[in-house]
Amino acid sequence: MVGIVSYGAYVPRYRIKPDEIGRVWGADGAGMGKGLMITQKSVPAPDEDTVTIATTAARDMLERVPEVDPQDIGAVYVGSESHPYAVKPTASIVAEAIGATPAMTAADLEFACKAGTAGIQAGMGLVASGMVKYAVAIGADTSQGAPGDALEYSASAGGAAYLIGNENCIATINKTLSFTTDTPDFWRREGMMYPVHGGRFSGEPAYFRHVTTAAKMMMEAMGTTPADYNYVVLHQPNGKFPTRAAKMLGFSDEQLAPGLLTPYIGNTYSGAVPLGLAHVLDQAKPGDRILVASYGSGAGSDAFDITVTENIATYKRDNAPVLDKLLANVVYVDYAVYAKYKNTIKMPEEE
Amino acid sequence: MKMREVAVIGAGSTKFGELWGQSFRALGLEAGMKAMASANLAGDEIDAIYIGNMSSRLTKQQHIDALVADYTGMAGKHIASTSIEAGGASGGVAFRQGVMAVASGMHDVVIVGGAEKMTDLDDDSVNEVMNATTDADWEAGMGLSLTSLYAMIARRMVHEGLATREEIAACAYNSHFHGQFNKDAQFRKEIKLDTVLRAGPTAEPLTMFDGAPISDGASAVILCPLEDAKKYTDNYVKVAATAQASDTLALFQRKSITEFEATKVAAQQAYAAAGITAKDINVAEVHDDYTVAGCMALQDLGLYKNGGKAFLEGCTKFDAGKIAVNTSGGLKAKGYPIGAAGVSQIVELYQQLTNNAGDRQVKDAKYGLAQSVGGTGSAVTVSILEAM
Amino acid sequence: MAMVSAREWREIPGRYNLIGSKCENCGKIFFPSRSFCPDCRRAGMGKMVPFNMSRKGEVYSFSINHDASGFNNRMMPYAVAMIKNDDGVLIAGQLVDVEFDKIQIGMRVKAVMRKLNEDGEAGVIHYGFKFVPDE
Repeated sequence: MVGIVSYGAYVPRYRIKPDEIGRVWGADGAGMGKGLMITQKSVPAPDEDTVTIATTAARDMLERVPEVDPQDIGAVYVGSESHPYAVKPTASIVAEAIGATPAMTAADLEFACKAGTAGIQAGMGLVASGMVKYAVAIGADTSQGAPGDALEYSASAGGAAYLIGNENCIATINKTLSFTTDTPDFWRREGMMYPVHGGRFSGEPAYFRHVTTAAKMMMEAMGTTPADYNYVVLHQPNGKFPTRAAKMLGFSDEQLAPGLLTPYIGNTYSGAVPLGLAHVLDQAKPGDRILVASYGSGAGSDAFDITVTENIATYKRDNAPVLDKLLANVVYVDYAVYAKYKNTIKMPEEE
Repeated sequence: MKMREVAVIGAGSTKFGELWGQSFRALGLEAGMKAMASANLAGDEIDAIYIGNMSSRLTKQQHIDALVADYTGMAGKHIASTSIEAGGASGGVAFRQGVMAVASGMHDVVIVGGAEKMTDLDDDSVNEVMNATTDADWEAGMGLSLTSLYAMIARRMVHEGLATREEIAACAYNSHFHGQFNKDAQFRKEIKLDTVLRAGPTAEPLTMFDGAPISDGASAVILCPLEDAKKYTDNYVKVAATAQASDTLALFQRKSITEFEATKVAAQQAYAAAGITAKDINVAEVHDDYTVAGCMALQDLGLYKNGGKAFLEGCTKFDAGKIAVNTSGGLKAKGYPIGAAGVSQIVELYQQLTNNAGDRQVKDAKYGLAQSVGGTGSAVTVSILEAM
Repeated sequence: MAMVSAREWREIPGRYNLIGSKCENCGKIFFPSRSFCPDCRRAGMGKMVPFNMSRKGEVYSFSINHDASGFNNRMMPYAVAMIKNDDGVLIAGQLVDVEFDKIQIGMRVKAVMRKLNEDGEAGVIHYGFKFVPDE
């Protein structure tokens, strides 16, 4: 059965706190953080972008399965809304860096914050059909939030990579389905630096409708109730939305908490659900069942029903740092350093 | 093949510094004219030009050879003109090519020039040009600067107990001490050791005062067969030896980074050719583009066991009665117009060995040595001059 | 004066994956890769094979660079280092994600992929290895 053979996760080590951002704009940053349930957000170093984050996650993913020959990877998909190039794939760079090239397919995906889970679905199809032995699906972002905008308090950086196959899976994906409509709650036009959002419109008719519908569709299809799952991982643009959605669906805080990283790292966009799932897999035991529902503005939600297998007991997870180790090694920056790292300071013109 | 012995019969330099009013061609002409005047030449006698120049990126002018021939008034005579690039060793290699041309009998009277106009380009770009003397793909391309490579050498010297930070800094003190006596030097003020240690960092542990400045300037010397020297002047010195050695382009490809093999090899060859040892040298001009390079030079050349200590203890001062080092002010205080550097060293030795060095004259100097270095020791020339 | 992207493209094996070369005649390992063994010379002709260098090693020397232009301007100040990798080969590169006062000769590091440079805002991005502490 198709499932997850390995995974890797990466979050840059720099952090900034909401009150520091609020200090610069004369806003109640601490209050903003409390409302969003975000205590801090990750900041990429100036030499980090979606390519380097995706590569680091994918390399760690392969470190944990040394028996897998990268040449058996038939597809690499990178989902992101901050691909460094508008034209020129991130995926081919990552594929080259993990030694998967050249007999393979690669593509960049974009569906706001759910392009990473869309990649998992595409990879599942290729593996299940026998077209490829392994597929790599990555969700990674160095998200942009306009300076001073509410998004600036949450938009962060990180990503996770999944090796999809049908042998020696540490978790099987029992089913996946999606719920998609045309709902313009958040977008970024070509050539624009920062995304625009529909304010409160991005809540009820967008995030909540899609996430809860996809999750309910999944439970209906599988004949399950929230009590059948050990964990639930929901898209997490902040801490507030998934907490409320989990409650609406009937999940407890205990089921939600292990897969909820946004309060500590901010909104990693395409990286959010892949990272949340990675944190769950960091602690999961054989037999654990996980319900996942991602969300991408525009809008859609991909749901997954996952069961952790016996293989996780012998899985070489410690060949790469687990998320708790990464998240413990942080350095706080002030807004000036943050601006420098995010390249919002005007630098001298080059020749 | 029997080689002829070669003499330096004249030498001259422009002032080194930020010479905003002078173009590259003006600098080259001035140095050439001074050298010719000192050799009592009219110009007609010269039958070849060799010129050391590091980078056309500094002036956007390729084909320096033709430019120099033209503006020194030699174009009409159609004599051979050749420009030479070997990073920081460009001037040293040009001098050696000139010596070889005369020694071999191919040419009789040769002018060797070195020139660089660096202030026409912004500082960032000049640094990029300097960094291009390292391995452009695997050092500069990885974000390392030439300065940071020397900083890593310095760090390693201290780590291995080969020098202290103060000893390394003393190289700059020595150069500035001598710079005050050289009216053509860019910096003519003595400095304190503390000034070096407390200046702003460029690449830690090195500071602004550990590195030579960005400079404009040109130098030139005239060569002819030793047997003909007297025809032109009584002030001439013999070229007792000139040697050149190479090494890997990238510093990280070496077995050791605390010594330059190329300096050692060139020095051995030069001492052997001159029939002397390091002990016989009275005055030396070494390539102190960075303080740590100056310290290494003294060791690799065998002049002092611990170069930094020699600087710190004042052994290297012109009047200390030991081996005087960088009496011109070195590259650090005299200035470092890159292509001119190696030739300007010969100019200083010529003045010392003909007893014309004025306030900084080394007493009874018989042998002078010049060491010119490209990159991080990737090309080194060592030349020995002998007073007649 | 941007270079054509081919110049970076042909160095990808070394830049991304630290592929060096090994002389099958004398066993010596080289980085960056060479097609010709400088020790064996003629005896080693045709015997250089690609070699996957270890991504781990230790700091051999280092400096904090305060002078940079272009893309690296934004990195300033940044640490550079010579790394002796676990194959015993010296490699030069940047050392990132580290507090400067914690860097020491002998410190364990590993290579990661980072942005090295870019040909201006419109040009190609150069990716390649930098080193981070390996704790």
